[in-house]
Amino acid sequence: MSLKLLRHGLSGRPPERMWHSRPLKDEYEVVIIGGGAHGLACAYYLATQHGITDVAVLDKSYIGAGGSGRNTAIIRSNYLTPEGTNFYNESVRLYENLSVELDFNVMFSQRGHLTLAHTDASVRTMRRRAEVNRLQGVDSSLIWPEEISRLCPQLDLSDHPRYPILGALYHPPGGIIRHDAVVWGYAHQADALGVHIHQHTEVTGIDLTNGEVAGVRTSRGVIRTGTVLNATAGWASTIASMVGLSLPMETFPLQACVTEPLKPFLNVVIVSGSLHAYISQSDRGELVMGASVDPFASYSMNSSLEFLEGIAGHVLELFPCLSNVRVLRQWGGLCEMPPDFSPLMGFTPIKGFLIDAGWGTYGFKASPICGKTMAELIASGSTPDLIKPFRLSRFDEHDLVGEKGAASVGH
Amino acid sequence: MIRIPCPNCGPRNVSEFRYGGEYNPRPADPTAVPESEWVRYHYFKNNTMGEQVEWWLHQSGCELWFLVERERRTNDIIKSYLWADGDSR
Repeated sequence: MSLKLLRHGLSGRPPERMWHSRPLKDEYEVVIIGGGAHGLACAYYLATQHGITDVAVLDKSYIGAGGSGRNTAIIRSNYLTPEGTNFYNESVRLYENLSVELDFNVMFSQRGHLTLAHTDASVRTMRRRAEVNRLQGVDSSLIWPEEISRLCPQLDLSDHPRYPILGALYHPPGGIIRHDAVVWGYAHQADALGVHIHQHTEVTGIDLTNGEVAGVRTSRGVIRTGTVLNATAGWASTIASMVGLSLPMETFPLQACVTEPLKPFLNVVIVSGSLHAYISQSDRGELVMGASVDPFASYSMNSSLEFLEGIAGHVLELFPCLSNVRVLRQWGGLCEMPPDFSPLMGFTPIKGFLIDAGWGTYGFKASPICGKTMAELIASGSTPDLIKPFRLSRFDEHDLVGEKGAASVGH
Repeated sequence: MIRIPCPNCGPRNVSEFRYGGEYNPRPADPTAVPESEWVRYHYFKNNTMGEQVEWWLHQSGCELWFLVERERRTNDIIKSYLWADGDSR
């Protein structure tokens, strides 16, 4: 890498483009709607693992403009159900090797992840999560204030706050990553393997013939295809409605903010479910903070003062020392929440129309494994075991995967 | 801040209200519909990117449940009314 850099620096030529704009063909084997980490990862694994390169990735904006560029970049696998834990753990394993695989530094920093418990009830949930996690081979344990103060002495561990810290679920492999780099890395490699990435190409309709997918209408023309993957995060219901399908989820905005950059101050990820807050320090020194979803459904990504007031109060309860730090930026993204806080992946009643949706507040951390399993599903025509629990038909079969306890706030 | 017009109290800040989900009438004859219809009723949503009729509760006010028609891209309120006054679609 460094040699390449040196050669480029001396050659005076502009660096190669990471991916290219190509003409829209009128037919593709697979069309992926949504150029985020999920869609691009799926295209990448289709090309590398299954040799399918006649693939188009469409995005109505630039790639990574949706959830992939708006999340707070936390990676972890300490979920509540065995299905969820296994699935996210595979994702963490893929992330661990991603920089090497994509030949692009995604800056994955496994600095440790602490989920704080402020009540006896949440201590019990943490203990249950730790046991489930360990049974599935995930490094996760319940720790007490003494050890919390060793890992994060900046926290107010006294009994003065309204909700004193009683314990925490400690997950050493958890951490943060550069989310844009994940998108760019997948885009770069997928493009190099022959996948077409079409930015600013909005899907306006999906054509069906005899109830099967026949093509996709876009703002740049019509594409014939037999396989469409809907990987559009918060907007997946609108794409599904184009084939007359409704999905069991509702879209809520989720807001986040960053402070001005500080010197290195916080080297773990801190999450508090009871206080609806999570906080980490980025490599630039900014403190990245987020909360739970807004209290009502909406497709608006506007920022609100209510959110900022709430998050500031809660973070100051944890870290009173931050009272003079200023907020630099605030933004919103869209999260589609299924009733059981688990995703909707795989086949739908419409032949050729596949979904990778319902990604609520936990989608980014699952990107590599979603791409890999959905690519396998497309290539083989059958659902991989790892994502069978997340099939859409689970609602008709009354077989939900209740993940709310571990996914609603602790992103 | 968004303001929700309560049919009783007039426009108030959204923080006084609780969102109650999409307006989604129960199947008219509960014993006559198949199970799949109940599954749809309980779990599936229109999740419209546009105008949607919704339930709201004036939680920190008069505690009235009422219907609001809202444009979900902009959060503009089109109108609000009591369920009994609506055409109970």
